[in-house]
Amino acid sequence: MDLLEYQGKQLFAKHGVPVPAGKNAHSVDEALAAGDDVGFPCVVKAQVQIGGRGKAGGIKVAQDKDELERHAAQIIGMDIRGFTVHEVWIEEASDIELEYYAAVIFDRAAKKPLVMLSTQGGMDIEEVAERDPTAIARLHVDPLLGFQEFHGRRLAFEAGVADDVVRPIGAMLKTLYTTFVAEDATLVEVNPLVVLKDRSVKALDAKVTLDDNALFRHPDNAQLRNVSHEDEQERMARERGLTYVKLDGDVGILGNGAGLVMSTLDVVAQVGGDPANFLDAGGGARAEEITSAVEVILSNPKVTAVLFNIFGGITRCDEVANGLIAAFAQIKPDVPFVVRLDGTNDEEGRKLLADAQLPNVHTEATMLDAARRVVELAGSAS
Amino acid sequence: MSVLVDKDTRLCVSGITGREGTFHSLNNRRYGTDVVAGVTPGKGGQDVEGIPVFNTFHEAVQETQANTAMVFVPPRFAADSILEAADAGISLIVAITEGIPAHDELRVYNHLRRLDGVRLVGPNCPGVLSPGKANVGIIPAAFFSEGNVGVVSRSGTLTYQIGNELAQRGFGNSSIVGIGGDPVPGSSFIDIIALFEADPETELIVMAGEIGGSAEEEAADYIAEHVSKPVVAYIAGFTAPPGKTMGHAGAIVSGSAGTAVAKAEALEARGVRVGRTPTEVAEVAAEIAGSLRR
Repeated sequence: MDLLEYQGKQLFAKHGVPVPAGKNAHSVDEALAAGDDVGFPCVVKAQVQIGGRGKAGGIKVAQDKDELERHAAQIIGMDIRGFTVHEVWIEEASDIELEYYAAVIFDRAAKKPLVMLSTQGGMDIEEVAERDPTAIARLHVDPLLGFQEFHGRRLAFEAGVADDVVRPIGAMLKTLYTTFVAEDATLVEVNPLVVLKDRSVKALDAKVTLDDNALFRHPDNAQLRNVSHEDEQERMARERGLTYVKLDGDVGILGNGAGLVMSTLDVVAQVGGDPANFLDAGGGARAEEITSAVEVILSNPKVTAVLFNIFGGITRCDEVANGLIAAFAQIKPDVPFVVRLDGTNDEEGRKLLADAQLPNVHTEATMLDAARRVVELAGSAS
Repeated sequence: MSVLVDKDTRLCVSGITGREGTFHSLNNRRYGTDVVAGVTPGKGGQDVEGIPVFNTFHEAVQETQANTAMVFVPPRFAADSILEAADAGISLIVAITEGIPAHDELRVYNHLRRLDGVRLVGPNCPGVLSPGKANVGIIPAAFFSEGNVGVVSRSGTLTYQIGNELAQRGFGNSSIVGIGGDPVPGSSFIDIIALFEADPETELIVMAGEIGGSAEEEAADYIAEHVSKPVVAYIAGFTAPPGKTMGHAGAIVSGSAGTAVAKAEALEARGVRVGRTPTEVAEVAAEIAGSLRR
């Protein structure tokens, strides 16, 4: 789960990472009230989960109340690369002298947290890495030992930060690491990390990704889910406990098990089709869940044909067949279905489907044949 | 021969008294696996159809000489259960549980690698099946028979699909190992491929990877240097958009890293044949097996 900048900063503040004071606002009135609290000059920052906010005009400095009102009115509701701004963060202006970069990432290859620091902040760090890999100091931390003070010193000296901020930057890296672990984050990134005119250091931006699997330990964080950008089908699927990812095509897909579903999308694409979604009905899906999944798939108006690709292990093919039969009784789909059932109770499942004589449901024996058939049917429908 | 589980496996199941735990423990026993114990704190002294239940792994190991653990408890208890099994002296831990926090997996991984002689397979995996010998996990054994193809995979149902395609061409399996779809698997492709390389019964290795991370690329380098047996690979997720988690916590393309194209290219550059569909994997395997026989 990706957090908005201000949500990340609030987590930072909780763990002692220095951040500029600020308040969030959903309307111009709220923004003006926030300005009174924060003081002037202040910065109005659009809260959207996409980069390039500044260039798009989503970050503006206000010297006084009039200017704040103008900027807030302009930014709230604006569109930044497809994301509507519903919220702004009003923050005290910072007197910036230097812009650095810091991050803690979950390094899957090394199986350890990786802490990074660079004096070349304020720009795209991937570009910095490409242009000059030595510009970024990197250090893996043993998760059983945790971040020690020497880690901070080493990174600060290796990155070549100004001598007088070696200590505060080392301390800040430690608090970022604490945030990373304590909040079960998989990414904590600060770009830019700024040194102010008074030589204090602050996190001027915050990019935080939290591990969905750990939200049970953080009920407060679970409330932070930013649902305003969620696609309608994705919201529907999440509320029903289904794993669904929307894609651009017209072939609706349901399978069991993430790997098999991914493979199904690939095979459909290879035979010339265009998948409309990824939907994993999960292990051991019951008939009601299948019915519910069909509703989600068909709620996407682009879908012109649907493929069921099931290899039953703990999922029983008769349950899948019953779910499809129930779905037909409830929602009477008007698009063709192609069904491939293999594995546990496959014969029972195929017999149930044959007996039900559902209109426009075709069965195929193999995954490849099923993919070919559904692509043919989707093509002739559009 | 086979890898990881066989006739010497003495299995202890953590979470044996839960609905799924009971179902699969009995399923594994029916297959012929020696299920010697279960662990559920607070239910020590009970039994599940004759399988004794203990309060702790330590007690279970002492009383039954269990050497393998299967973890079936919910995510919030799973890391603790894995650590307990290791502490009690279990040498192979198979963790089926899906949804364990990533930081828990990180701590478990880094702790276990410091211990001598303990191996974790999973979490978020379907387990290990050695046809005709033992089944530890949820792999539907009926689709597989004894043979000489070793299969290692990040995904459960995709393994069944590929296994089934292989079976239709007359192949059986030495062992089938699901390493799981999480970001920090206890065993990597390399770990399992090394076991297959050393296993005299395994003649051909099939690996099924997917998007996310760099485990397939690392395996490609390892295979080129250390593996004499033919390896056929499959990668799922060519159509996956970046930034979206495709069902498995570990299956995500971030930026330009972890794409299916990059993985397939890395493998092919090291001489590993990559099938573009599960069907093609079986066809390539059949072709290679044919040339081995000649």
